[in-house]
Amino acid sequence: MSDPTPAQVLVYRHAVVTRVTHWINLLALIVLLLSGLQIFNAHPALYWGDVSRFAEPWAAMQAKDVDGARVGVTKVGSLAFETTGLFGLSGKPQAMEARGFPAWATLPTYRDLGAGRRWHFFFAWLFVLNGLVYLTGNLVNGHLKRDLLPDRDQLKPRHLWHEIADHARLRFPKGEEARRYNALQKLTYLAVIFLLLPAMVLTGLSMSPGMNAALPWLPELFGGRQSARTLHFISAGLIVAFVAVHVLMVLVSGPINSLKSMITGRFAIRNEGASS
Amino acid sequence: MTVSRRNGLLLGAAGLLLGACDKLSMNPGVQRGLSAAEGLTRRVQRLVIDRNALAQEFTPAEISPDFRANGSIGPSDPDYRALVKGGFTDWRLAVDGLVERPLSLSLDELRAQPARTQITRHDCVEGWSSIGKWTGAKLGPLLDRAGLKPEARYLVFHCADTLDPNATDGANKYYESIDLVDAYHPQTILAYAMNDRALPVKHGAPCRVRIERQLGYKHAKYLMRIEAVADYAGFGRGKGGFWEDRGYEWYAGI
Repeated sequence: MSDPTPAQVLVYRHAVVTRVTHWINLLALIVLLLSGLQIFNAHPALYWGDVSRFAEPWAAMQAKDVDGARVGVTKVGSLAFETTGLFGLSGKPQAMEARGFPAWATLPTYRDLGAGRRWHFFFAWLFVLNGLVYLTGNLVNGHLKRDLLPDRDQLKPRHLWHEIADHARLRFPKGEEARRYNALQKLTYLAVIFLLLPAMVLTGLSMSPGMNAALPWLPELFGGRQSARTLHFISAGLIVAFVAVHVLMVLVSGPINSLKSMITGRFAIRNEGASS
Repeated sequence: MTVSRRNGLLLGAAGLLLGACDKLSMNPGVQRGLSAAEGLTRRVQRLVIDRNALAQEFTPAEISPDFRANGSIGPSDPDYRALVKGGFTDWRLAVDGLVERPLSLSLDELRAQPARTQITRHDCVEGWSSIGKWTGAKLGPLLDRAGLKPEARYLVFHCADTLDPNATDGANKYYESIDLVDAYHPQTILAYAMNDRALPVKHGAPCRVRIERQLGYKHAKYLMRIEAVADYAGFGRGKGGFWEDRGYEWYAGI
């Protein structure tokens, strides 16, 4: 690994601002997710509109008595699933506890809304400030425009179709083509950076009664405060889904090289002719 | 075998990590550090939200038929039961502390004060919301009548209900506090009516305060006394409210 074959070149891929903010962002997202689930557990039900119609949540995790047995039930729309041990009712077999998400998915593991909120808002500030550093740094150094906006040739339907087929077969570009992100990657990163993460912040602020007084249009933009809360939850799920695919792609495309490049900045490219 | 051993190791590592997170959650120093965000949130919100910006108001058609009651919903304190039994004719609201002219108001006197009616959304810290119509005496003019002394910086709301009977340090009754920005906000009212009827017991009869730009736990129910103070550190466990003493933020604007 330490002696690069002539068939391999190192390119400087990630500026220091990208690398530092990437790892801070990861930490912030983990804490925000786990403390967010703690907060969700205080009222594990979701609604659409301004208010909660308690008898008919859109989605809910509850503990119920069915034929004398305690079970966890998860409801989404008109569907209901038994989710004992995971959602609605979980814990040690002899001491099952009525709670939305299980102890291992919340910060702290025990029920403490106040502590969950302290973690959440501290790391929400870190997440926002870190995001602003990322955006400013990468607007100034040109990374966003140079590396994340898809090139004209990448947007041709034929090219996109080709990429989708390659992704499905887990084949990744080598040589010159590996110097740039592929179009699916670029579009996904752009969607996460400019849609999903901002939506997370805005739906979060929509739940603030203080901010509502200053910006009454904000919760309305999402269809009301409870809709904003539901979308905050769904967006968190989409971030988890993005991270899962992101990590999977790192694993199948060369985890050592990708990880190393997000630490040192240098990414190894194998030339087309090199044996793999 | 190796796979299950590796899974066991992974589970063990995850367990250690979760245990470490709990330790951090219980460490007072870490909690103080995390609480720094509350001060930042309060300062930034006070900066971007106009002092008199109104909480959103709704139409009568949007009033929730299932407005939830939380916290105390039927206090068993004997003094309060006696007030309920007497139809609150013996109830008096004291406005005192750092004021020039302490007041003691009956329910009828409170109803005769300059009033405001508003249909607003009540946001609970737990995450749910309900819309209700509130009518009550505006707090600002009442404070002017009592004449706040210059050193008064906060109002402490003393309530009739015991919410934590097991507290051994005497901090078992509900109380809350706000600063003068919220005290003089036009929507801050001492509500004696909800949805055009006398305030029901479960929602804080005969009177609760509405602090419309903060979360539900600030809206103290079963009001008995409003005390103007320079500092709220001497009440309860010193954090400015029943729930604040138990870990919630004093500034509940988010």
